[in-house]
Amino acid sequence: MSKQVSDNMQINKRLRKRYRREKAFKGSAILALTLAAVFLVFFFYNIINQGYSALAQAQILVEVHYNEASQKSYRKAIDKSYRKIVSRGWLRTLPLYMEDHPEVMNTTRHEWVVATADVDQYLKNKPNRLKDKQKRQIDKLQEEGKVQLNFNTNFFTNGDSKMAELAGIKSALVGSIYVLIVTLLVALPIGVMTAVYLEEFAPDNRLTQIIEVNINNLAAIPSILFGLLGLAIFINFFGVPRSSSLVGGLTLALMTLPVIIITTRAALRAVPHTIREAAYGLGASRWQTVWHHTLPLALPGILTGSIIGLAQAMGETAPLLIIGMMAYIPDTPSGFTEVATVLPAQIFTWAGESIRAYEERTAAAILVLLSLLLSMNSLAVWLRKRFETRW
Amino acid sequence: MVNSILILSFMAVISGFFILQHVKKKAIHSYWHSLPAYYAWFAMIWMTVPALCLFFFSSTLHLLHLYDVSTSFLIPSTILLTLWGTWQGLKQIKPETKAREGVEKVIRVSLVLAASISILTTIGIVLAIIFEAMQFFHIVSVWDFLTGTHWAPDDATEGNTQGMFGSIPIFAGTFMITIIAMCVAVPIGILSAVYMSEYASEKVRNTAKPALEILAGVPTVVYGFFAAITVSPLIVKFAEAVGLHADYTNALTPGLVMGIMIIPFISSLSDDVIRAVPRSLRDGSLALGTTMSETIIRIVLPAALPGIIAACLLGISRALGETMIVVMAAGLRPNLTWNPLEGMTTVTVRIVDALTGDQAFDSPETLSAFGLGLVLLVITLMLNVLSIYVIRRFRSQYE
Repeated sequence: MSKQVSDNMQINKRLRKRYRREKAFKGSAILALTLAAVFLVFFFYNIINQGYSALAQAQILVEVHYNEASQKSYRKAIDKSYRKIVSRGWLRTLPLYMEDHPEVMNTTRHEWVVATADVDQYLKNKPNRLKDKQKRQIDKLQEEGKVQLNFNTNFFTNGDSKMAELAGIKSALVGSIYVLIVTLLVALPIGVMTAVYLEEFAPDNRLTQIIEVNINNLAAIPSILFGLLGLAIFINFFGVPRSSSLVGGLTLALMTLPVIIITTRAALRAVPHTIREAAYGLGASRWQTVWHHTLPLALPGILTGSIIGLAQAMGETAPLLIIGMMAYIPDTPSGFTEVATVLPAQIFTWAGESIRAYEERTAAAILVLLSLLLSMNSLAVWLRKRFETRW
Repeated sequence: MVNSILILSFMAVISGFFILQHVKKKAIHSYWHSLPAYYAWFAMIWMTVPALCLFFFSSTLHLLHLYDVSTSFLIPSTILLTLWGTWQGLKQIKPETKAREGVEKVIRVSLVLAASISILTTIGIVLAIIFEAMQFFHIVSVWDFLTGTHWAPDDATEGNTQGMFGSIPIFAGTFMITIIAMCVAVPIGILSAVYMSEYASEKVRNTAKPALEILAGVPTVVYGFFAAITVSPLIVKFAEAVGLHADYTNALTPGLVMGIMIIPFISSLSDDVIRAVPRSLRDGSLALGTTMSETIIRIVLPAALPGIIAACLLGISRALGETMIVVMAAGLRPNLTWNPLEGMTTVTVRIVDALTGDQAFDSPETLSAFGLGLVLLVITLMLNVLSIYVIRRFRSQYE
């Protein structure tokens, strides 16, 4: 009798221990997922917190004198006391502006003009290099309502600039679009053709196996090595202009190829065999079956995969650094062979700037990039949901 | 050249349209082998392909620096070829020509060509890297490169490269950062996969999985910025608080952030393999009275182990080749140390640094990038082959 009691007690004791372990294990699994989630939230909060302030830009209401003297020496266009707090980059554009608009000559106008990055940072309570005298001047102007933070249109309409207050993402954005166009034009046809060949035509032989192993390997090669390929083959061997969107697009196309091939194959495989057999039964040839039936049915899947691949290519930086797409490029490219930079590369160069005012611009550029990528991915998800057929 | 190709294709499309109308009219009265459109395509292929082949051939010769085909020869010969092709094509527009077979043969050939581009890419990468790396290993012996402990390419001059290109400190930094990253990614990744596949309700799973995939979709340059601007100062402050000294370019920062980047890879791959473990194994174990955690640890995870190992191997190869995070947050100075709070450098950082500097292309430093790239390529390919092998073994168990 007493043995049974002690056995029961031991069993209960062990059971309690086991249940404790169960709880601890489940707790640690929950903890792991929570950690990832906490990080995700912290990460986005951090980037948004740093970046949103770049959407506003300090502007100052000044008297601008348009006359002969200021055309010769642009510094004379504004009063001396303002010269240290108004952006020099804006002042430099004045002589040209007067040439283009002769009607403003010999007038004095009150205008809102871009302030220097330091004034901007001072108004946003961030570290800056303003002297105490200038700080007092800004405070006074602020009381009079002559300094304020307005929406930063320069950020979206300017290219890169050595003056932080004028730097914008337009040239990088346009460069990104050019690069993506090249990538799409090269990778989509080749990728879809490869997938169609492997899924629908290829006999099961040596060559097919080599191609399949190759595609898997290609997907695993670090992106930076594609940069070495672009440098050695496209630039040094084929003579494609360095830093151009053409060479960037070609390099990224080779990188995106495995993604498109793998997703297209999955989409083709999802089309049931009965559809092919029905087409064959009606006397269609292999190609007719593919072109009239299989490909249209697989199209949503193919598009989804291509958009995801393109989104990946759009965020890629490392191979583009190697082929020289990180240079200082203030002008918007107007062709595929012109020097260009892309949004991630612009983020990289701004992140390396020592001037603090670039920091919020970097974060803002990241926000633009992330929202573009997020909308591309949501488009892909929407396409899949909207057109997916369940067999 | 681009213009002439455009003109040629435009002409071909117009004539293809006329042929289509012609065959359609004729086919009402007589039996034709293929549908009218195939005759149009057939003629269009005959018109364009010979000239395109000539273009391609001459530009290949030009690129290989074998022979420059002069324009005064190229233009008339292109016109002649086009005319000949047109004549050949038009001659064969008659009922008994098997136009569809011809067109489909061309399609098939172009599909094969497209498929071989992926092979060409791999060959291109391997050749490009090996060719330049060979030049590097002419200057620096392989043995010195693999066993030297001193990396100072700036001090290397023409003819004096002895002992300047020892890559051990660089690989030490790479492995250190990779190990830190895996210490973060492996436990968190596997445990979240376990939670999502074994414990979580469908609703939690459907929100957690896409949320983790967002982490995978963030560009690495963004992680790099985050590491350099936010994480690194935090770690320096934290180290000071506990009485240690940390560099701003310490190895811990990129390691931690890289680990977070790799979590989704490991968790989603592990999730797939854990779900592939047959239900009956779990039921059998639970029926014996085990708790969930005992079932998971003793039954499910061992069954899924090969897949999980493969996922970790892929994670490692990603960490080794990751560039932007380390370029932005790790140091430039090769440093052989066990202390993760000191600055260390990695293979990818040195590659970027060597190729974005203003050295001549054939300087030893630039070429060293290809030597490092070759080692990186070999390691990643080996990891990939290993993981494929492990996955294959797993498959044969349950299917």
